[in-house]
Parts: sequence; structure tokens; C-alpha cells
Amino acid sequence: MAAAAFYDVDGTLIGTNVVHAYAFYARNVPTFAGKLTRSAKLAASLPFYAVADKLGRKYFNDIFYANYKGISEDRLWVLGEELFDKVIRKRVFGDMVALIKRSRDEGYRQVLITGAIEQMIRPLAEYLEIDDWFANTLEFDAGYATGRLTPPVLAGPEKAAFVRRYALDHGLDLNVCRAYADSASDIPMLSTVGRPVAVNPDWNLRATAVAHDWPIIEAA
Amino acid sequence: MARPRPRITRDPNIEFIDDKSGPRYVHFGARFKEVMLPRGTRVIYPNKAMEPLQNPRAAIKYALNHPIEADPLYAQLRPGMKLTIAIDDISLPLPPMQRPDLREMILTEILELCAQHGVDDIEIIIAVCLHRHMTGPEVRRMVGDKIFREYWPDRLYNHDAEDLDNIVEIATTKEGDRVRLNRRAVESDLLVYVNINLVPMDGGHKSVTVGLCDYISVSAHHNTHVMHKCHSYMDPRPDKSELSKVVDRMGKEVDKQLNVFHIETALNNRMFGGQMSYLLKHENDWSEFDRAKFQASCALLDRLPEAGRRAVFEKIYAPYGLIAVHAGKTEPVHQKILDASFKQYAVPVKGQADVLLAGVPFISPYNVNSILNPLLVQVMVLGYLFNFYRNAPLVKKDGVIIAFHPLPEDFNRTHHPSYVEFYHRILSHSTNSYDIHKFEKEFAHNPDYIQMYRHGNAYHGVHPFYMWYWGDAGRAHVGKVIVCGAENPRVAKQLGWESAPDLNTALDMARSYLGKSQPEITMSHAPPIMVTDVEV
Repeated sequence: MAAAAFYDVDGTLIGTNVVHAYAFYARNVPTFAGKLTRSAKLAASLPFYAVADKLGRKYFNDIFYANYKGISEDRLWVLGEELFDKVIRKRVFGDMVALIKRSRDEGYRQVLITGAIEQMIRPLAEYLEIDDWFANTLEFDAGYATGRLTPPVLAGPEKAAFVRRYALDHGLDLNVCRAYADSASDIPMLSTVGRPVAVNPDWNLRATAVAHDWPIIEAA
Repeated sequence: MARPRPRITRDPNIEFIDDKSGPRYVHFGARFKEVMLPRGTRVIYPNKAMEPLQNPRAAIKYALNHPIEADPLYAQLRPGMKLTIAIDDISLPLPPMQRPDLREMILTEILELCAQHGVDDIEIIIAVCLHRHMTGPEVRRMVGDKIFREYWPDRLYNHDAEDLDNIVEIATTKEGDRVRLNRRAVESDLLVYVNINLVPMDGGHKSVTVGLCDYISVSAHHNTHVMHKCHSYMDPRPDKSELSKVVDRMGKEVDKQLNVFHIETALNNRMFGGQMSYLLKHENDWSEFDRAKFQASCALLDRLPEAGRRAVFEKIYAPYGLIAVHAGKTEPVHQKILDASFKQYAVPVKGQADVLLAGVPFISPYNVNSILNPLLVQVMVLGYLFNFYRNAPLVKKDGVIIAFHPLPEDFNRTHHPSYVEFYHRILSHSTNSYDIHKFEKEFAHNPDYIQMYRHGNAYHGVHPFYMWYWGDAGRAHVGKVIVCGAENPRVAKQLGWESAPDLNTALDMARSYLGKSQPEITMSHAPPIMVTDVEV
């Protein structure tokens, strides 16, 4: 029976996160005032994001993605390419690139499943020659971001439900599927597959991985 | 409890227990146990440690300058040449030896010669094969501060069997075994191998052919077919060990294509020193002070948590002494070292036993600075303790082994991640190697385990399979294994064994299984290591 390997992205495949990505967008707002406003607002909000993330990835998403309000869709796609070239490409973990290659050679479908936005993920997925990728989608009104994500928002348990649906749709045996993630928020997704792997885990995920004998990879 | 009486037998290796005999101590993982053995039990003790060479540095220099069937090392060195030195990994010797490690002493001599002859393209490779990569501090301890500072990590590093761009296939034997080795070693003008021989299975062609190869090459001999055809892993004659036979024919191909200069060494069996040296003595020869130290050690170890006990033992380094060093061509050098090894280890014994008693110590080649997990206990009992013989096994066909070990269900997830899956998933499927080998490739090619092997400190994903195959010959020969003192009977059951809370219960189980009320019982009082020459 076919199988897939599911990867979280931020912290698992790359050494950046959604906040870094937004910082890049903020720095690249065309006007100086806009650049300053968005960057300052981001800096001031960092403690709130940290608290929101502790409360749950859903809270974080609701607050964080409001930052994108007013950015045009076509500009986001262009900036997504630039973000990959200037920031992400050099932060991709070489160890994980090798792992993806071996996994593909084993016949596993390669699937990215991430809470980041699609504009940020598409260039990475193409670079890694990923079979399928699923990211969050910003809602747009007349070509401009509303600051909300289109449901269903991929985060925490929703990722786990997504993996189950994907496996069902593609006739995959979840017992032999693999999943890779770095954060405790992805424990539901990791628990869904037969072969979960913690990659550079936070302390909470590390404790869970140790308790359940999940392999732990320190990737660089 | 009765006190041991003065020994009256003249045989230093054999003692028969009688009504006046005192208890014997056995290794019980990271603890000791005292057991009262039944009357008539034969206890076999290792040989006393041979006197080490008085001046090991001079002996090493002499070996390098007077090699067997090869030019002296200095005569093979020239400016501009590419030199690779491969060294044995942390699995030898056991426990790790006191500083300076023998490898440091030999490397120092070689590097000094290189400096004198203008050789500077030098790389030192730790021949780990599919063992875990050694950490920086472990390597530093092994090669010494000076060499470590100069060479680590760019010119002193662990062999990577999964760096396929740096593995070269150099030959295929006529039997179809593919010989694949580390590229740097193959492309060097001279490959020097620095070996430490602890058991007769080590050294010889195994050093380069196995130490520097990849999974494909290892598969030629680490498989069920070869293991089942082994009479004893410790008897390296080709008609006795299929393992040696396959490795030797692959090694001959290596020697045809590579310029290899072997340096082999043999150590005495002085495994414990200082305040622990009484453990090397016969219990009858213990002084009051020795006995007090033993009781104090038992009391301390019994009260510590398991991690604390391991920490205590990990701080004990063996004062091994060098008893032989030879250099030159692979086979004649190895033969000389084997002769020295057997002189230290061989113990002549008459007759096999129905029941073999053996304590399992805290350490194996695969858990230095780590946990002796259930699979490693299995390999210690059926792979090593059973195989420490020549001519005939110490235990009769379909006999019983009673092993002393608490057998906790504990694993080091950094070092042995694939062992966990093997133990829970594969052993739940079957304990028969012919059934489980079909899962081997899945583990060998598992990208997670490969990642953890290459960039972490994990044994290769396939390694637990080898541990299981290693026990095959013993499993086929022995009728039953009973673990005495197992904390959790389920663990013994998972390994296909039985368990007993104490020796009397274990012996009753053995008697019942054998259908004999008075079975012949022998206890192997190891460690230190011994190889019994059993005359049937």
C-alpha cells in the first residue's frame, strides 16, 4: 500500500518561521512610511505573538495574519519568490533535503503541510520537488488581503484531520506514513501516522517524543 | 552466609563447589549478585592477566620498523603522498582503557614518522562501519589532546557508511560479495590500520573490510545464512566461522587493490584496576578488605538508581596492558596476534555442561556510555558468552543457559533509536531470524535512521537486525535461556526467553526442562573474557 511523508515547514525544513516571513514583507512595503509602520508594529507585537502562540496556534493565526491586511495578492506572490531567494533558500536544512531525497527513493509521496501562507511555500515546494503541498490561504477582497485566513485554517488538530483525509483520498496506509515536525502544536499530526519523527523539537515535543519512543532528529 | 574456604584445588581455572564452598559473585548488569551454587557445580575462571610489555612505546616502534612481510613504515613514506590512518572505534576495548589509549600511543609514533618524512596529507578515520559515530569528547579521550586539537574534525572523523558519494566499489569476489570501501582509504597511497584486539573475532581482514565499508558490503556476511553456518565466532578458522571465511575472501580482494599496513595489538585481560582489582581474583583469595569493598560496592550500587549505577561504571577505565604488537601484512600479523590473544584467553576445559550459568556485565561493544538494552543483553548471552569457545560449546546441544541480568526495558534513544522499533514491532511479529530478515531493508533504508546515524550518534537502522542474527547460532544450539533476576518477565518473553526470580527457581526450571534431577552445571566466571577450549 502507498505511503506518504508529511512535513511541517517552519523549524522542520527551514530555519525560519512565519514571523520572519512577514518581517520580510514589512521591509519590502513600497513606501518608506509603510515600511516603517509595518516593521515597528511587528516589533511591538512580538511579545503578544509569543503569548498567543502559547494559547494555541489558532489564536496566533487570528492575530498575526491581520498584519497582511491591505497587501495586494500579486505583490505577495512576487515577494514570495524574493523571500525564498533571499531568505529561505539559505536556511533550508541540508540534512532534511537529503532525508527527503531518500524518502522519495523509498517510494514515499512527499507532502508539505504548513500553517505558513501559500505565497511563501510554493517556491520552497518547487525547490524540494515536493509532490503535494498545503498551506494556509489568505482571504482577498478585490485583490487585497483582508488579514484573515480562508478556512479551514491549517494548525494543530486541523493538520491531523487533513492528514487523515489525504490518506483516505490517496489510499495511503497511515501505519507506514511518516510525519515530521518541530513543535508541540503538531503532536496531533505526528500522532496520526505510524512513524512520527520530531525534528529539532521544542522541549514539550521532545518530552513527548522521548515518552513515546519517537525518533528525534537534530537537523541542520 | 558461609565464608569461602581457602582454595585447595591445583587447577587455577576450575573449581568444583562442595558443601563448604562460599558464594560466588556474578555480574548482574550494573550491579553484582552473590549466589550460592549447588554442590558439584564447576566454576571456570579466566586466566590471570599476562604481564604486559615493559616498554610499549619501544615495542610499537620496533613493530613499525620490523614489520612482517612488508617494508618498514618509514620506508613507505614519502613527501606528497596521501596517507590515511584508520583506527578501531569505541567498541574496543571494553571498558575503555585508561589514558593513554593504545591508539594514541600508536598514532603518536606514526605521526612522528610522517613528520620526519614530510608526509602531511594525512587523514585519520574512525572505522565505525555501521556503529554510532563517536562524539568529540570520546574521540579526544581516545586519540589524546594533541592529536585531537590538530586533526579533529576535518582530518580526524568518523567513517560515514551512508555518504554514498564517498563509497567506492573496488571488487566483487567470485562468490558475488561486493567489496565497497571509504573513498579516501581507497584513493590513498597507503592505508595504515591501527587495531586493538580484545577478542579473537577482532582484527585481521575484518578491520578494513568491515570497519570502512557500507551496508551493501556488510550484508555479505552479517546475515542469517552466514550466522547459522558459524560454529564459533571466536574461532576464526574458516571451517569453524563462516563469518571469518566470507570476511577473509573479501579482505583478500582489499589487499590486492590497496596498499594496507596493518598494526595489530593484543591486550591482557586486566579489566579492573585500583580499588576494583579484587574483582579479578578468585573469591577464595579475597582478603577481608576485598570482601568489605565488595559488600560496600553492592550496597552502594543497590541503592543507586539505574542511571547512577551506569554513571559509576562509566567512570571506570581498564588498566589493560599491551602484550603483543605486530605490524605488516594483514594475515601473518593477525596470526601472531591471535596466538597472543589465545595465550591470554584460552582456558582448557573437559566436557560440556547441561546448564551454563553466566553473569551479564554492564557493558557490551555496543553500549559504551549508553544503556545495555534488552537486545544487547540478548547479544551478550547468545552472541558473545555462548560463543566464547573453541572446539565445542561449553553448553550441550539443547542445554540451558541461565543468565543473570535485571533486563530492564530501557533504551538509549539517541544511540539505539531503531532498536526500539525492532524490539516492539519486529520481535512482536517473530523471534525467528528467517522470518524477520524481510524487514531488514526497510530499517536499513529508513531515512530517519540514516539521518540519525549520519548526523547524530545513532547506530545504523539495520544494526538491531545484526544483533539478532548474532544470536542465531546460540539460539539454534541452546534449548532454553532463563534470565535470573529479570525485573519484568514480559521483557524476557519478548526475547523468546523465560525468567526466574532467583537461582533456585531457575535451576528447577532447567531440571524440569532437561528431565534430569542432577544436571551438570557449569558457571563461567566472566568477565574478564575467556575462551574455553572444550574437549568433549
